[in-house]
Parts: sequence; structure tokens; C-alpha cells
Amino acid sequence: MKIKSPKNFWAGLMFIGTGVFFVVWAMVHYQMGTAVRMGPAYFPTMLGGLLAFLGLLVLIESFAVEGPKVPKFAFRPLILISFACVLYGYLMKPLGLVGATAVLVIVSAYGGHEFKWKEVIILSIALIVFSVLVFVKGLTLPFPLWPAAFS
Amino acid sequence: MDAGILGNLWLGFQVAVTPLHLMYCLIGVMLGTLIGVLPGIGPVATIAMLLPITFNLSPVAALIMLAGIYYGAQYGGSTTAILVNLPGESASVVTCLDGYQMARQGRAGPALATAAIGSFFAGCVATLIIALAAPPLAEVALKFGPAEYFSLMVLGLVAATVLAHGSLIKAIAMVVFGLLLGIIGTDVNSGVLRFTFDIPELSDGIGFVVVAMGMFGTAEIIANLEQGEHREVFTAKVGRLMPSKEDFKRIWAPIMRGTALGSFLGILPGGGALLASFGAYTLEKKVSSHPEQFGKGAIEGVAGPEAANNAGAQTSFIPMLTLGIPGNAVMALMIGALMIQGIAPGPQVMNEKPQLFWGLIASMWVGNLMLVILNLPLIGMWIKLLSVPYRYLYPSILTFMAIGVFSLSNNPFDVLIMAIFGLIGYVCVKLECEPAPMILGFILGPLMEENLRRAMLLSRGDPTTFITKPISAGFIIASVILLLIVALPALRKKREEVFVEEPK
Repeated sequence: MKIKSPKNFWAGLMFIGTGVFFVVWAMVHYQMGTAVRMGPAYFPTMLGGLLAFLGLLVLIESFAVEGPKVPKFAFRPLILISFACVLYGYLMKPLGLVGATAVLVIVSAYGGHEFKWKEVIILSIALIVFSVLVFVKGLTLPFPLWPAAFS
Repeated sequence: MDAGILGNLWLGFQVAVTPLHLMYCLIGVMLGTLIGVLPGIGPVATIAMLLPITFNLSPVAALIMLAGIYYGAQYGGSTTAILVNLPGESASVVTCLDGYQMARQGRAGPALATAAIGSFFAGCVATLIIALAAPPLAEVALKFGPAEYFSLMVLGLVAATVLAHGSLIKAIAMVVFGLLLGIIGTDVNSGVLRFTFDIPELSDGIGFVVVAMGMFGTAEIIANLEQGEHREVFTAKVGRLMPSKEDFKRIWAPIMRGTALGSFLGILPGGGALLASFGAYTLEKKVSSHPEQFGKGAIEGVAGPEAANNAGAQTSFIPMLTLGIPGNAVMALMIGALMIQGIAPGPQVMNEKPQLFWGLIASMWVGNLMLVILNLPLIGMWIKLLSVPYRYLYPSILTFMAIGVFSLSNNPFDVLIMAIFGLIGYVCVKLECEPAPMILGFILGPLMEENLRRAMLLSRGDPTTFITKPISAGFIIASVILLLIVALPALRKKREEVFVEEPK
């Protein structure tokens, strides 16, 4: 058997995996109940089963119908953009809004095509000023501005 | 219903023209135009970004502003399509075909004006349609029991998958995936924590805003970054704005047809601006006496779709406002906005909150007027904006998204979840699995389970209740017919054709 449509092959596997996971987890941990009084496991088990079934259809189709290859993943932006967001969240309390925004802008800019320190620094300053004026002063969101150690 | 349509609209206008609401309407339509003009950020991500902020506004102001973003984006998207040959907003993909050709022939001005006039006309008509169609629909919906609601949601989800492009099975699978994700959190019936993996933050479920921003925000930025930057702004000369008499003769009929078709397609579950513009372009090409001009600068190819996408954007509010059921991802966000304000969406909103309901509708007309007055003179400014490189834009967008998500509960966990959904969204894009159906499933998941449980309890476990009750049976039959239509090979080919008609 040859995989004719790699996109569908992986999509099918993804759906089957997710569906089976929800079914198994629900059956092991929660009560099924009856059709009249559905327990917490009833609906997820139905849906999980349906998802796995649909995934199986997609998987079978991938051996029958020709389809495009999975395009390459752009790992650099993928990792850096995601990482930049996570950093922002976890640095907000220790570093404050100013520091967290600067980190977010620098790391995410590094995930792009061109990285020029001068541009990136100007951009971070502009975004920090904008965030402080609009979100902290204007909308009074309770964000710390500076690192916790200073205040 | 005693006040009559005119009385209701009068009430609406009284709400909409207060200075505060005028201001939020203006902010909404300007923001909408801005993000409509900029490729790479759409109304879904913007509205998701602003949702946390609307917590501080009154419900009326919040909805007026968010609605303005959606229909404002339709205006802005056409500007980019005509001048840059890029869809600033997904619904303006077809406008690129003839709009850009017109610009190359030195007729950018009339193309832009045609888009604005068509949109304005469509916006006015759609506002009236909402005012006329919503009250009777809401009245019917008030009689719905859990079985009817469940079947209606099935129909909505089926329609959303039928109208999504690409593989039907994958779209249905994405809906089911969304439904499953919606289940995460505390089960309202038993109090059991489901799929929370002992993470306390998950006990309230995954925030809708967080999922939407990840799937449509960060995922899209990553996808844009790998494509690289190649943008040529066609700013040489916009030229005379007003279309000639000859042009007017050619555009009035397409505008009427586009408005009618767009209004109809907008109401359908799964419909909205995108489908409307594709449908209108195909229709114009069919009825035209000179179809060979299409793709080479036919003004009808701008007028029809532009009217249709605006009409569709507005009438897609009808199912959301009257039934509490979102037809597309933007409407799902609107429901999120209502819930943030503590308002349960559904047919009762119209009677319990007439100011909100009619104020929103009247504001749409006001907003359309603002757009047509402001937009044509401001085109120069929007063109300048288009020359801002993406490497400045995306860190800015990310910053606003991160602030928005973090401010939901001042918890870094939300930002982490957003990043994870960014990854999931990116993988889905790579595997050609549409994220929009998933978002609809996600928002409807808990509602569907609740109604399914109630319906089965009332019928004492008899699943035939869904086909023995006439209204419910109607919805189920409609869903089955829809699925069959798409499964039939001849029509499936047609459907692919419509969606393939994209510029390179």
C-alpha cells in the first residue's frame, strides 16, 4: 500500500488519535450513564467515536486518491513566534509590562526575514509607549510596569 | 412587536446616535477598515483581540463597535484588492480579479467608488432586512424546545462544513474536534471536571477568545512569515473617483443582484461575507452579456461581489441575534461578547433588551454612512498604510494579542494556551483542515450537549424525538439534503470550481 495523499494520511491519523484519546479517557474516568440520564462520559464518547471514524475515512481515502504533499514546516517562525508569546505571559509578573513587551518584540522579530537591531528597538519602544498609554492609562488594566524588584 | 418596525427602528436610532455610541461606531468602522486594508489580519483576530476590552464597555457600545469592525473590514478589504491585488480580507478575494485589472487600466478611482457605492447600498438594504426578518424569526424560535435547538445546531454545523472549502469529511471532523474541545471543563450536570488533567485553569473550560486568537492570530502570522514579503502597491494614480454615466448603467443591476444574493447567503448557517462574494461573482459572470471581459477589468465583477459581501456580512447577524446560533466565526465571537456581558444569547434578547437589539441594527446603517463618507477621501491614507512592511506589523499584532489574552484573567496560562492553539492551527493549515468549522463546533459544543441531554430526558431516551417533532425533523432533513448535495460528484465539482477561482 502506498500513501497517495500525505496530507490526508496525517490528517486522518491526527483525527483518529484525538478521537480515540477522548473515548478512552472518558470511559476510564467518567460515568457513562444511560440515554435518558446521560453521564459525563456519554457525549464525549459519542463524539470521540465519530471523530475516529471520520479520521479512518480520511485515512482510507489517502491510500486511494492522489493528493498534494505536506508542505515543509517553517520551524523558525513557528518556534520563535510561539515562544515569544509564552515568554510574554510568564515574564509579565517578574519583568513588568515594559520588559515583557520588549522581549516579545525582539524574539518575534527574530522569527522574521530581516532583523535589524535599530528597527526592532524603535518598534519595541513605540509599542511599549502605545501599550502603556492605551491599555494601562486608558483602559486601566492592572499590569505592573516595571520589574517587581524595583517597586 | 406592538411598536412596529418603524417604532423599533426609531428606538434603535435614538440609541445609535448618542454621542458615545457614535464614537464607538466610528472606532469600530475605522478599525475595521484598517484591518480590512492590511493583509494578514482579519476581523476574527481583531474582534478576538478586543473582546477582553469590551468587558469595560456597556453591552450596546461593545456590540456596536465589534459589528463595525466586521462590516468595516469588507470596505477596507476591497481597497487592498483593487490597489495591490491582494485580498486585505478574505471576502475580497474575487474583487482582486477585476478590480486590480481596472486599476492597471488607470480606472482605480471608479473601481474604488463602485465598491463603496455597492457596499453602501447593500448595507442599507441589509439593515432593513434584519429589521424585518428578525422579529418573526425570534418569535418562532421562542417556541423551540431542546430537540428543535439540537437539530438546528446540527443544521448550522452541517451547513458550515458544506460551505467550507476543501474536503467535506475533514471539515466535519474539524467540527467534531471543536465540539470535543468545547466539552473540556466542568460538566454542568454532574459537576465532574472533564479533560482538565488536574490543571485548575481548565476547570472553567478553555476560553473561546484564546482559541480563536491562536487558530486565527498566531497561526496566521506564522503562515504569513514563511511566505515572505512581496507586495507591490499600485499607487501610481487613483485618478478620477466618480464612475461615469456609462459605468453607472453597468453597475446598478449587479449591485441589486449582489445585494439580494448576499443577503440570502448571509442568513444561511455557515454563510457570511466570503460565500456571498464568491456566489455573486459567479452569478455576474453567468448573466453577463460579455463574460469574456471578466478577469480583464469588468466593472460588474467589482460591483456585484462588493455589494454581496457587505450584505452577507450584515445579514449573518440574523441567526446570531434571533436564535443565538452563530453562522460563522465572527458571529461566534459576537456571542462570546454577549456572554462576557452576562447576556444569554437567544430569541429572548430582542424582547428583554430592545435597546441593545435595535440600537445595534440602527448603528449598522449609521456605520455604513460613516464608511462611505470617510472612506473615499481617506483612500490616500490607507494607501500609505499599505506601504508599512509586515516586519513592523506582525510584532505589533502579536503584542496586542498577548496583552488581550493576558488581561482575560492576568494569568500567563492563557497565553500558553494561545500559543498551543497557534501550533495546532498551523498544523491544520498545513494539512488543509479548515479552522473555521472547528471554532463553530467549539462554541456550540456545550450548548449541543445540554440540549441533547434535555431532549433525551423529555423523550425518555427515545432518539426518534428528533425526527418525530416536525420542526426538528425539518432541520434534520435539510442537513441530510445538504450533505447529499455535496456528496454528489457533479455538484462537488461545481463547488470546487467556485472556490478555485482565486488569483495567484
